[in-house]
Amino acid sequence: MLADPQALMLPLSDALRAAAEAVTPCRICGNLDAADPCRICTNPERDQGLVCVVEGVADLWALERAHAHPGVYHVLGGTLSALSGTGPEELRIAPLLRRAEDDQVREVILALPATVEGASTAHYLQDRLAGAPVTVTRLAQGVPIGGSLDALDDGTLAAALRARR
Amino acid sequence: MLRLSRLRLTRFRNHAALDLRFGGRAVVLTGPNGAGKTNVLEAISLLGAGRGLRGARGAEMAMDGAPPWAVSGHFEDHAGGFEIGTGSEEGNPDRRAWRLDGEKLRGQAELAERVATVWITPQMDRLFQDSAGGRRRFLDRLVLALEPHHAREVAAYETAMAHRNRLLADARRADPAWLNAVEDAMARHGIAAAASRRALLARLNAALEGGVAGAFPAAQLALQCPANALLDTMPALAAEEALREALRAARPRDAAAGASLSGPHRADLLFTHAARGMPAAQCSTGEQKALLVSTVLAHAALIARARGFAPLLLLDEVPAHLDAARRAALFEALAALPGQAFLTGTDAALFAPLAGGEYFSLDEGEPRPAPLG
Repeated sequence: MLADPQALMLPLSDALRAAAEAVTPCRICGNLDAADPCRICTNPERDQGLVCVVEGVADLWALERAHAHPGVYHVLGGTLSALSGTGPEELRIAPLLRRAEDDQVREVILALPATVEGASTAHYLQDRLAGAPVTVTRLAQGVPIGGSLDALDDGTLAAALRARR
Repeated sequence: MLRLSRLRLTRFRNHAALDLRFGGRAVVLTGPNGAGKTNVLEAISLLGAGRGLRGARGAEMAMDGAPPWAVSGHFEDHAGGFEIGTGSEEGNPDRRAWRLDGEKLRGQAELAERVATVWITPQMDRLFQDSAGGRRRFLDRLVLALEPHHAREVAAYETAMAHRNRLLADARRADPAWLNAVEDAMARHGIAAAASRRALLARLNAALEGGVAGAFPAAQLALQCPANALLDTMPALAAEEALREALRAARPRDAAAGASLSGPHRADLLFTHAARGMPAAQCSTGEQKALLVSTVLAHAALIARARGFAPLLLLDEVPAHLDAARRAALFEALAALPGQAFLTGTDAALFAPLAGGEYFSLDEGEPRPAPLG
């Protein structure tokens, strides 16, 4: 890059500057996009009644890559952690509670990490959403596709057995 | 029967190079203090999963604290033989690497399927004077050998408890819904951990009552823990709910104390001399040693039943603390177990009643095996 800054370095820095100036958090879901509201929230093909709650934008992108979720998202911006000082006010929980009151929303899917913090956050949200006119669901835990059982850790295996159908 | 037939140490603690071949079921290592007898037991303990009987980290096991170091063992079992090696990792000498028949292993799970070790060391004598924490960690190590996921339950419980303590310490943060959430995690993981501890104790007590320790004085084990008391009277889901309720009710008390004062993290393991009905704390040092030995023998029998092969028993300086009658009972109990045992002591004469013992003497200076016959 140093050998040819005109052709390589300056276009890269221009692109970085353009991205830094254009990309903003979506006012509805918290996704990062050049448009606000983001292109997922404004896409008429997406089911506005199905809101998937994720910890961060990386998780949203992972779900988008999988093309598995036909609805819209809500990015929390972290999980509750008393030890690192992340409380409900630091997360986008109040906007989620307001969204859940919207007549359009039928179901809130909690797609949070399977850690103590993720599980506590999911429990907290379930508690706070108890009065809202929505169904609250959580992601299942189980056997990865293409994975063999003997390579699976005991916790996942036990969870998969409990969640059998 | 699983049998270690050859052990080779390279730059392991005080042993520059040691090559021992074992033919018998009971191996006795004798020698003066500092000869490196315990180091040999530690090397054997490293051939199973875990950090061995000293709980040491990689580099500190190297001679002069400078890697590389290596331990390898050749095992014989019903299916033939296999070789396990461990030592400093190439290119990253502070870390440990494992090999099975020369193939690099990614983790220790495969080791656990092949080899298990249990041990008694002089440091464990403190168990009876120690705080409840020492006995609880001892119990958790016994549970782990049979239920590997136990470590995760205990760790998750402790993480959730750390969150709760922090929330209670900061009144501004004391959001009841948030506290409910972390107490829910404590209840789920805490009851799971308590149930695993409880199940192991029931099996250990059954083995001890069944006479696994032979003529050796048997221990009777009990768990002192509120979560265990809940499980006495109700199913696990109800116990989780009861623990959640108890934690909720204890918030003002725990906030004032700055800590969670009750729960499975305060559990204590109680040893009783079964025949005399006497708590271990009131027993003599020799009797306490006997209770420890019978517990570990019962544990070895459980591992043998669960995994289909008996663990190697590593007994460091154990006969020295027992009188002649108990030594004889120990040797009889060892003979009845389906596993290989390794014993150390400064005085070979103590082992005289041990039938079929194979003796090695490690001398100070350059350690050299010398069969005594």
